[in-house]
Amino acid sequence: MRDKILNVIEKNSRIDIKELAVLLGYDEIDVANELKAMEEEGIICGYHTLIDWDKTSIEKVSAIIEVKVTPQRGQGFDNIAERIYKYPEVNAVYLISGGFDLLVSLEGKTLKEVSLFVSDKLSTLETVISTSTHFVLKKYKDHGTIIGAKKVDERETITL
Amino acid sequence: MRIPLSEEVVKLKPSGIRKFFDIVHEMKDAISLGVGEPDFDTPWHIRDEGIYSLEKGKTIYTSNSGLLQLRQEISKYLERKYNVSYDPTSEMLITVGGSEGIDVGLRAMLNPGDEVLIPQPSYVSYEPCTIIAGGKPVIIELKAENEFRLTAQELIDAITDKTRVLILPFPNNPTGAIMEESDLLAIAKVCVEKDIFVMSDEIYAELTYKGKHVSIASLPGMKERTILINGFSKAYAMTGWRLGYACGPKEVISQMTKIHQFCIMCAPTTSQYAAIEAIKNGDDDIAGMREAYNQRRRFLLNAFKEMGLECFEPYGAFYVFPCIKEFGMTSDEFATRFLEEEKVAAVPGTAFGDCGEGFLRISYAYSLDHLKTAMERLARFVEKLRKEQGR
Repeated sequence: MRDKILNVIEKNSRIDIKELAVLLGYDEIDVANELKAMEEEGIICGYHTLIDWDKTSIEKVSAIIEVKVTPQRGQGFDNIAERIYKYPEVNAVYLISGGFDLLVSLEGKTLKEVSLFVSDKLSTLETVISTSTHFVLKKYKDHGTIIGAKKVDERETITL
Repeated sequence: MRIPLSEEVVKLKPSGIRKFFDIVHEMKDAISLGVGEPDFDTPWHIRDEGIYSLEKGKTIYTSNSGLLQLRQEISKYLERKYNVSYDPTSEMLITVGGSEGIDVGLRAMLNPGDEVLIPQPSYVSYEPCTIIAGGKPVIIELKAENEFRLTAQELIDAITDKTRVLILPFPNNPTGAIMEESDLLAIAKVCVEKDIFVMSDEIYAELTYKGKHVSIASLPGMKERTILINGFSKAYAMTGWRLGYACGPKEVISQMTKIHQFCIMCAPTTSQYAAIEAIKNGDDDIAGMREAYNQRRRFLLNAFKEMGLECFEPYGAFYVFPCIKEFGMTSDEFATRFLEEEKVAAVPGTAFGDCGEGFLRISYAYSLDHLKTAMERLARFVEKLRKEQGR
């Protein structure tokens, strides 16, 4: 039941509980209880909206930054990750395998703002060895959704 | 000038489905519930294999029967999913869609005057294909009270000493009906006793929402008297690739292959390469699409319930078949008014046989948002009709 609910709301968090229950063939009350339980257990961490900011008048610049750090004894990477994710302009922080350690996704108003964040705040953290900043030029697909794609029904008349 | 025309072909009635859709294309704001093909694109990894085969220069014919590797994979798939095993080298033919299998199969099996039992409502091609093959269609009218399943008694009542083939179209277009194992066992018993051959059109097999689809070919005594028709169109959203297959006893398959080699040569090569990828690695795609269809199916049934429209619960394909008898008009009248007044096109049940009178075929190969709009309009239309009737 949980995975079915999650599969639906991952794509459409605005669906109301009654409709969700109809689609999945469950009782409304059961779905409501399950949703509440998953929120409390932290399985459902939030309900966000996917916005194509390029279509608005609001200027935004996003960047992906590779960060190499020195892990700290007893803390590993957790401490430094926390210091980074506490900045509100940071969207996501991942610990990853490969040539560097942390992948930081960031959003700012201007190139300058993002650059300043990297040079003043990120690079100056004690344990940070190096950073490599990649500015996002165009978003093609985000959260499984192709940006700007509108599906047109092209199916033609056929005897079936 | 004398234009040569076959009288038999001229006499064939054109399908009743087209009429409404030609109107939809002209009418602004009109929406359709009529399309009988998936609204999904073919999954990318399958398309990618097709493209890759072109890049490698696989632009030549395959053998008449189709790529051996594809036949082998289909053989494994049928074993794995439906517990029936076919020899890929002698008991299988890759066709241009399931529909070619139906046509070629009937032509390979029938002699003039042979009777073919066709349960209706069903897909529109069985009757004309039987006639073109020189056979005589004998219609079995399925009943709403049986959830449009075929019963053993209905079958027995239709059999004569001229009966050769029973067409078994389940999961069914247009009703969405399925045949479960117990239903099929009863049919199989009659077929064995009366020595009837079966052409089982299982193109919607993967779209079953109650238990697992059972193929009649997997039942005792049936594999040797069944032509199994299936294909890639519905399961993998591959309608435009035109690829299906027929499996059965080698005596029939070899004759079918003969017709196929003269008329078609071989199924499209690109599609065959894509199909190998589909059948090997497509299980998750099927599961995802099936779940989406199932949600829409529940949505529609709930919408009918809320507007008080009678509809049995269908467990297959992507159609629902609500009953509109309460409005005292024919399916055609209902569909015409629904299109004119609410701008929604649905296919009258009679397009699939006379016994479809009083029903409407609604396809759910559409997005939920599309279905929501359509159901709002249907609810409004139903209310209006009831008011007109002073209810």
